[in-house]
Amino acid sequence: MIQRDEQLPVGDERGSAPPDGRPLAAQPKWRRDFPIDWPHDEWVSRREFTRFLVLTSGALAVGQLWIAAKSLLGASAPAAPELQVAKVDELPVGRARTFHYPAGSPPRILVRTAAGFVAYDQQCTHLLCPVIPAVEQGRLYCPCHEGWFDLETGRPLAGPPQRPLPKIRLKVVEGRVFATGIEEQAR
Amino acid sequence: MSERPRFVRAQRMTIVNGILLVVAVIIVLQLWLLTATMNAWLGGDARIVWPAALASLGCLALNLGLLRYLYRLE
Repeated sequence: MIQRDEQLPVGDERGSAPPDGRPLAAQPKWRRDFPIDWPHDEWVSRREFTRFLVLTSGALAVGQLWIAAKSLLGASAPAAPELQVAKVDELPVGRARTFHYPAGSPPRILVRTAAGFVAYDQQCTHLLCPVIPAVEQGRLYCPCHEGWFDLETGRPLAGPPQRPLPKIRLKVVEGRVFATGIEEQAR
Repeated sequence: MSERPRFVRAQRMTIVNGILLVVAVIIVLQLWLLTATMNAWLGGDARIVWPAALASLGCLALNLGLLRYLYRLE
């Protein structure tokens, strides 16, 4: 049982005053029946809350390490093998087709412009809607939320997308178009 | 003769409140760091991933030190 002097002021070292600061005699019956060392109770509860916050801090640090580990694993992933995605003859200037590179991946889009071939991930970097080539305007268009990308670089030009479209590296050999890799920025 | 405590109760409450505030600010910083790192990493910029992870671990170490100090106050 805690010894207390009912006339002690709040926070006095020798006793314990309830949170409202009134003497024990003025407290409701339940407080008089079950007296608590209030300052100590407050001290323990705040200390334990601090401990909980430190656990949260640990979780955030683990999340940060997870990103770093994923970044390492992603960097060491083997490059996908080359894959023929079209023949030069079958795709006139201004036309496009989709393909999967590497096999089983989300669809990519191959566009033939006056300058040559370009290929990107077909999914908009905003909410994954398929983008449509607008070759005459030199852009790729996402109809879902009016997003626009530059056809030559994949850079976002307008609308909600903030990140560029992942670009597929291409090479043309003997009239055939090959996908040779995905640019670093696409990871 | 019993050893006199280093801090009276009122002082300890001030200390725990102060430490609680500092820990909360550090956690907000860590949350911002995680969000910014995730955004940069998904955007293809992996340069800041490891420095950010080390900074977050530093924040955790600081928080653990403060918590240890709190437990040693009793």
